[in-house]
Amino acid sequence: MVNSFLNIESVSKSYPGSDGPVSVLRGVDLSLAAGETLALTGESGSGKSTLLHLAAALDAPDSGSIRLDGVEFAGLGDSDRAALRREKIGLVFQQFNLVPSLTVAANISLQARLAGRHDADLSARLVERLGLNAVVDRYPEQLSGGQQQRVAIARALAARPALILADEPTGNLDEATGDTVLSLLLDLVAETNAGLLMVTHSTRLADRLSRRVHLSQGRIAMPASAA
Amino acid sequence: MLYSALQSLFSHWRRQPGQLAMLVLGLALATALWSGVQAINAEARASYDRAAQTLGQDSLPRLSRADGQPVPLSDYIALRRAGYLVSPVIAGEVRSTNARLRIQGIDPLTAPEAAQGPALDGGLDLAAFFTAPGLLLVSPGTAAGPLPPDLPRLVEADGIPPNAALTDISTAARLTGQTDPSFLLVAPEQPRGLPPLSEATDLVLSQPQETSDIARLTDSFHLNLTAFGLLSFAVGLFIVHAAIGLAFEQRRASFRTLRALGLPLRSLLTALALEISTIAVLSGLAGIALGYAIAAALMPGVAGTLRGLYGATVPGTLSFDPVWAISALVITLLGAAAATAQAMLRTARMPLLSPAQPRAWAQAAGRTIRSQGIAALVLFIASGLILQFGHGLVAGFAVLATLLVGAALMLPVFLTVLLNRVEKLTRAPFLQWVMADTRQQIPGLSLALMALLLALAANIGVSTMVGSFRGTFLGWLDQRLAAELYVGARDEEQAIALAEWLAPRSEAVLPIISTDVRLLDLPGEVFGMADHATYRDNWPLLSATPDAWDRLFAGEAVLINEQLFRREALALGQEIVITDDLTLPIAGVYSDYGNPSGQAIIGFDLFRALFPDAPLTRFAVRVPTEDAPDLASAIRETFDVPTELVRNQAQIKRFSIEVFEQTFRVTGALNVLTLGVAGLALLTSLLTLASLRLPQLAPVWAIGTPRKVLARTELARSILLAALTWALSLPVGLALAWVLLAVVNVEAFGWRLPMQVFPADWVKLLGLSLVAAVLAASLPSLRLARTPPARLLQVFSQER
Repeated sequence: MVNSFLNIESVSKSYPGSDGPVSVLRGVDLSLAAGETLALTGESGSGKSTLLHLAAALDAPDSGSIRLDGVEFAGLGDSDRAALRREKIGLVFQQFNLVPSLTVAANISLQARLAGRHDADLSARLVERLGLNAVVDRYPEQLSGGQQQRVAIARALAARPALILADEPTGNLDEATGDTVLSLLLDLVAETNAGLLMVTHSTRLADRLSRRVHLSQGRIAMPASAA
Repeated sequence: MLYSALQSLFSHWRRQPGQLAMLVLGLALATALWSGVQAINAEARASYDRAAQTLGQDSLPRLSRADGQPVPLSDYIALRRAGYLVSPVIAGEVRSTNARLRIQGIDPLTAPEAAQGPALDGGLDLAAFFTAPGLLLVSPGTAAGPLPPDLPRLVEADGIPPNAALTDISTAARLTGQTDPSFLLVAPEQPRGLPPLSEATDLVLSQPQETSDIARLTDSFHLNLTAFGLLSFAVGLFIVHAAIGLAFEQRRASFRTLRALGLPLRSLLTALALEISTIAVLSGLAGIALGYAIAAALMPGVAGTLRGLYGATVPGTLSFDPVWAISALVITLLGAAAATAQAMLRTARMPLLSPAQPRAWAQAAGRTIRSQGIAALVLFIASGLILQFGHGLVAGFAVLATLLVGAALMLPVFLTVLLNRVEKLTRAPFLQWVMADTRQQIPGLSLALMALLLALAANIGVSTMVGSFRGTFLGWLDQRLAAELYVGARDEEQAIALAEWLAPRSEAVLPIISTDVRLLDLPGEVFGMADHATYRDNWPLLSATPDAWDRLFAGEAVLINEQLFRREALALGQEIVITDDLTLPIAGVYSDYGNPSGQAIIGFDLFRALFPDAPLTRFAVRVPTEDAPDLASAIRETFDVPTELVRNQAQIKRFSIEVFEQTFRVTGALNVLTLGVAGLALLTSLLTLASLRLPQLAPVWAIGTPRKVLARTELARSILLAALTWALSLPVGLALAWVLLAVVNVEAFGWRLPMQVFPADWVKLLGLSLVAAVLAASLPSLRLARTPPARLLQVFSQER
């Protein structure tokens, strides 16, 4: 793809199983342009989360190539992979993965501080936009699921990443809350011109993104197409 | 980045102050117990060194008479005239009714440098030191009194042992009433061309020992204390390990999140190391303060013990030494590092994805338990081999160490096998679940249970030893102190009058006479014993030839104490040197608890012939028991002798028992502290598990078991585990006691005691460990009973 920001080429991945290796991804090709939003759908076990983890440099493929902003993942050590995530990627998990001992405000600024580019104004704007004003001094356990996911989104965006990777970000939320959270995510992604790769079960939510790719048994089943 | 990571890590402790308190408490207690014992040891050793330095007794050879009498001044003058560099010393004591002061008089003009001591270095008014009435150099503690009356001016000086004074020889002569030197110090470098001293004089030349007698004798006591300190430190580290394990376990998800957000593993580990080091340093400082307090509290007991058992004078107070504090801090950091190592390793190996599954963890734990079982067997075999082939005190402690560590490692195996059996035997489904669930918890609880096992075993071992000691010692006192009254006179003249006065008023007046000699090249004592049924019927002989008493009183044989017999590996019938001209065969061996030195008894007539100058001022008096108090009063009134010179049997027994009670008061205090620390370790582990166990408990709750029942089961489970640990600690503790009595005690003190068992103490200890278990399990159980259903439901909605 021309001007693609994220390039995934011929990526395969398998995990050890009791009857030998279990192949999860089989020669997957995928690309994402800067500012583009892409939904990755598929059944349970189809390899969606594995592909997202590989794109986030949380895991390494058995074969194939992954490049982000021209940087090839293969051969990067733990520190370089960590730096890549810190500098360029914002992660949103289904389980929120907030640090329970930090307040909402501290959680939001955590990645930006780790990256050394904390912007208090940006954090404040995100808090405002996500409706978290009343809870900034609370701890995650004192928040509802929807509020926790909004904190996770704010944390991902506060570090000004070029790419947001979201794994079932509404999976733990009811439909109405999920819709609200996704709308906020899409609005903020559009405002910051970040790319978004989102894993979801829901075709309804997937249709709200600019493109959709379906994974089935570790392969791209539906070619990338406009929604 | 590191700062942000540290902020994030420290935020955990702000939210979990109880956990932080537990970690700080564990580290502080471990440091306190270890450093407290080290402080006591260091203080006591410094005290011996001061004594040795001041008196120069360790560093220089000396000339003395074989019979222990003073060296004639003419001998000294002859040696000086011949060109030998020798220097006279008068050593004696000044006493009053309530105080005594050891006097060491030296001649600074001829004394070798090593004997002058730090006190004589510059700044001293030498004119006053040399000329009458002279002055006495004493430590500040001694100067504070109480002191005998009519002493010359006191000058405070460092480096002088307690209750001792260094002075000029003329002052010492005046104070002690002794004109001839007690011994002559020999300078290490003698003028060339002189014949060896042994050819120039009949005096006996004794070479300095590498360690002083006191240091050698008290080494065993300090080794005992060190072993206890180490055990307490190890038990304290169990708490630290549990608290750190809990903190790491609770933050595992956060670590993963931090890494996912871009914190490199190396930075995470660095931040964790910094975090633990900071906490360790702060806790260590608190521990040092606490250790100082413990040491200061125990010091009077230790001083009493050392004085009572060994005659070693140690001040009952503690001085602060920065080196001790710094070394304690280093030990704390090393201990924290050891306790953190496993958690750090787990964090380093933790995959960024796929959280560890409890089942996989349990499987890994199963493999660990098998390895622990094998390691325990290897240690038991090693223990047996060392017992069989090892020698010396270090071998004794190696037996103890391998036995204890082996038993600790065996505990999880023992519990797992036992619970497995019960699980298979039971048919009630809930009980089956409880057994299976308990088995699954053992890996998480094993460290705390090991700590409890060690504390219980140490408790049983030491209390059995103390009990055996006390029982045997009391029986021995009854035999040994058969006479009703023990009377001393001020001098020989009064003693003769006293004996004549007592003769018609008592059934028998038995002389007590002794003198210092060297027995098999070490300082010892020889006693003269009069032929009387008191001794023949009561004296506690461990082994003897059939005609031992007849041969003893005929002057044909000698009785020796058990210490000398064991130390020199002697045999009945073997001859030992009493004086240069006399050797006698050993006819019997008697027990002599509480005395570290060699001792021999010969017949009274032979004693008087060999040592005619030994003063006879003490007697054992046989009277009907009921007449003893009146006779004692009559003696005091008639002869105006001080109270302490007339003692009845009951008084002496009380005094002797007090010495022994004091000996074990220190270990008793450490025992209680160790048990308390083990209880805390159990509490920490249970709290750790409580927070991790919701996924196991929630399904059981969901299928119809009330939270109260689950909470009660948790409590009962802790009690069960504590009781099982206690059951295993019994044989371990008894084995420990046996090793202490039959191996360590013989090596350290020179005597062996028959082992007695005290089942009532075991039951008391069972009660204590159950109380500890209930206290430790109460909080987690209460929390479980009050866990809101919503929290339990979260288990089903969230992956943990």
